[in-house]
Amino acid sequence: MVLAVIELAARTELIPSRFLPPPTAVAVRIVAEAAQGRFWLAIVDTLAGWALGLGIAALIAIPAGILIGSSEFVYRATRPIIEFLRPVPSVALIPLVFLLFSPSLEGKVFLAVFAATWPLLVQTQYGIRNVLPLQLDTARSFQISRHRVIFRVLLPSALPYLATGLRIASTVSLILVITGEIVLGAPGIGKAINEAREGAAVELMYGYVLIAGMLGVMLNAVFAGVERRALHWHASQRGTTT
Amino acid sequence: MLKLEGVSKRYGDENTGVLAVRDLTFEIGEGEVVTVVGPSGCGKTTILKLMAGLLAPSSGAVTIDGRPLVKPPLEIALVFQDYSASLYPWMRVAENVRFPLDPKRVSSAEATGRVERALESVGLTRFADSYPWQLSGGMQQRVAIARGIAYQPKILLMDEPFGALDAQTRAELEDLVMRVRDEFGVTIVFVTHDIDESVYIADRVLIMGPRPTYVEQELVVGLPHPRDQITSKEDPSFAHLRGIVYRSIRESTQAMASVAKDPER
Amino acid sequence: MSGRRIGLVAAEILTPVLLLAAIAIWTNTASSFYFPPLQEIGEAFAENWLFARVASDVLPSLFRLLAGFLTAAVLGVALGVLLGRVAWLRRQASPVIEFLRAVPPPALLPFTIIALGVESPAKIALIAFVCVWPILLGTMDGIAGIDLTQRDTGRSFQIRAMRSLFRVELPAASPQIFAGMRTSLPLAIILMVISEMVGATDGIGYFVVQSQRTFALPDMWSGIILLGILGYLLNLLFSLIEGRVLAWHRGAREQTR
Repeated sequence: MVLAVIELAARTELIPSRFLPPPTAVAVRIVAEAAQGRFWLAIVDTLAGWALGLGIAALIAIPAGILIGSSEFVYRATRPIIEFLRPVPSVALIPLVFLLFSPSLEGKVFLAVFAATWPLLVQTQYGIRNVLPLQLDTARSFQISRHRVIFRVLLPSALPYLATGLRIASTVSLILVITGEIVLGAPGIGKAINEAREGAAVELMYGYVLIAGMLGVMLNAVFAGVERRALHWHASQRGTTT
Repeated sequence: MLKLEGVSKRYGDENTGVLAVRDLTFEIGEGEVVTVVGPSGCGKTTILKLMAGLLAPSSGAVTIDGRPLVKPPLEIALVFQDYSASLYPWMRVAENVRFPLDPKRVSSAEATGRVERALESVGLTRFADSYPWQLSGGMQQRVAIARGIAYQPKILLMDEPFGALDAQTRAELEDLVMRVRDEFGVTIVFVTHDIDESVYIADRVLIMGPRPTYVEQELVVGLPHPRDQITSKEDPSFAHLRGIVYRSIRESTQAMASVAKDPER
Repeated sequence: MSGRRIGLVAAEILTPVLLLAAIAIWTNTASSFYFPPLQEIGEAFAENWLFARVASDVLPSLFRLLAGFLTAAVLGVALGVLLGRVAWLRRQASPVIEFLRAVPPPALLPFTIIALGVESPAKIALIAFVCVWPILLGTMDGIAGIDLTQRDTGRSFQIRAMRSLFRVELPAASPQIFAGMRTSLPLAIILMVISEMVGATDGIGYFVVQSQRTFALPDMWSGIILLGILGYLLNLLFSLIEGRVLAWHRGAREQTR
């Protein structure tokens, strides 16, 4: 219904089609674009940046979060630094990235990693610190080795927090990758949007914006699904009992 | 085999800290069922954690077969009151029971056998693949007991294990504990605040005094085995012992209340 | 015990100091072009931001940020109340809102440049457009999730609709409204910075990019650090406001119980 209203507004030139083209025209344009290789290449470039950004952030943030979360001393020592760096907008680093990297994959991945690491680090840390003391006492009373405690007790118990952290980090990674593509000119959907704007191809620009939105929705859905499966034992996923 | 000599425990530092346990001396013999009963808030859980090696004593010594206890020993398994937190919700029942069996010490086939036998003796074979949170409270506590058995400890330490359960479930599990002792020959130390329970399942009852707690009195329970929820509790000696425990606890509670009113005493 | 506590406090104070010292030593000895000595950055910071460029760059940036964020808050809460109350409208609008929220915000930047130009109102509109969705969704869920008995109690006492809205419904939904705002705040900062980087003639983002293009590295770093400090302070300010508002809310609820 909303789409129909927009279509009508655009067709009747209630809103100038230069700004807001009719959805049908956008759809036609993007379908035509999909026949070309560069369309799929842009999507692959963006997804590769997203995956690398999220993956590297996870490799840094999860082990660091476990370390920080399981030692009061390390927690206190790192807290002021993390509390200060976390709210720093990673886009502030764009000029530095301009200088250090060529307009390629590395620059946008750097931005994505910087931005995605903090939420994941903080969530991991919370998760580890919030493990029920009795769950650890139980493990300790059975002389369970440190390695097994980490993988069978600490991590599963922190999993709800980790999942939240990953979901946020995924969104942030996608945002920063597209930012990098628009501002730095690294190849991907962001660059395609910008080029369409420069070429005054309004329908195409909207088409790519839609694609970016669809990627966002899709990745959200994937994470929500994985979360449901991995946390089926968690109270939030099982409704009642106890 | 498990021996406490002059054990005291102070929380916090020397001047401002709280003395929870003072000069505790007793011994648990092999194959015994010993219950530890005392007024609420007397520090029973502290005693249990000291026996389990989860807490280090401030002075005195805890030894098992003559060795000092510095960390939780392999000879001891614990069953906590709060089964919903001490069972891991992300593991199935069988996985929970198997978890303490370190693959380095117990072979896979051996572990599978132990888990099966433990679940069978608590009557949960059918629920091996369920998650703990799908079971009732009483069944969850059976899982915790099975986990303790599968570990094959010499001593099973139970911390008010049935405190959160209804009377009927509690009675069933009390009988289960005594059956487990007969079947596996394990020594059982059972902390409780339930007076009937402390007498019914015990060979020996340790009655604790008010905080900072100590052994106020020791009772040997001569009731014949196997015990029965009806006939054992009709036995005149049951009523007699129950009375002794009750009086002792009432005195301690009154003593604690007057201390609370007049902290100078 | 108390020795341990002193150690923890010392760790909390010493690590940032040590880290700063390490950075100072490294930037002075490495003599890298991209990482000028710390004291030069400090000088540039004092020169630029205390307070020579406050009026020309900092205030425009803050104005855009706050104007955009507040517009989003007002719109988001208003629309959220509407959608929270009217179930059929909510069903119609939800998929569209969910989609718009999932669009990575920077993708909308070229669109605002085309539709609205590069002046301040365009940036404010972009910030507002992106920040409105989390706030709207939070408000909507909060209002729709209000306990029916709570609302009926209000109705049974013949409380007028406006009073019910401000005294019952909005306070009840305020935790979710604040959660939405917390999600929006960093988005507002990101969009402020990049919209100033891409097309602007003033603002901190513009200054940082200009410094980079003219290879005035200490200036560039001073701008980056300022953005960091602003991000930190805005977050702090938000937490303080949230703490106060929600504390009042909690207190009020306990009293009515």
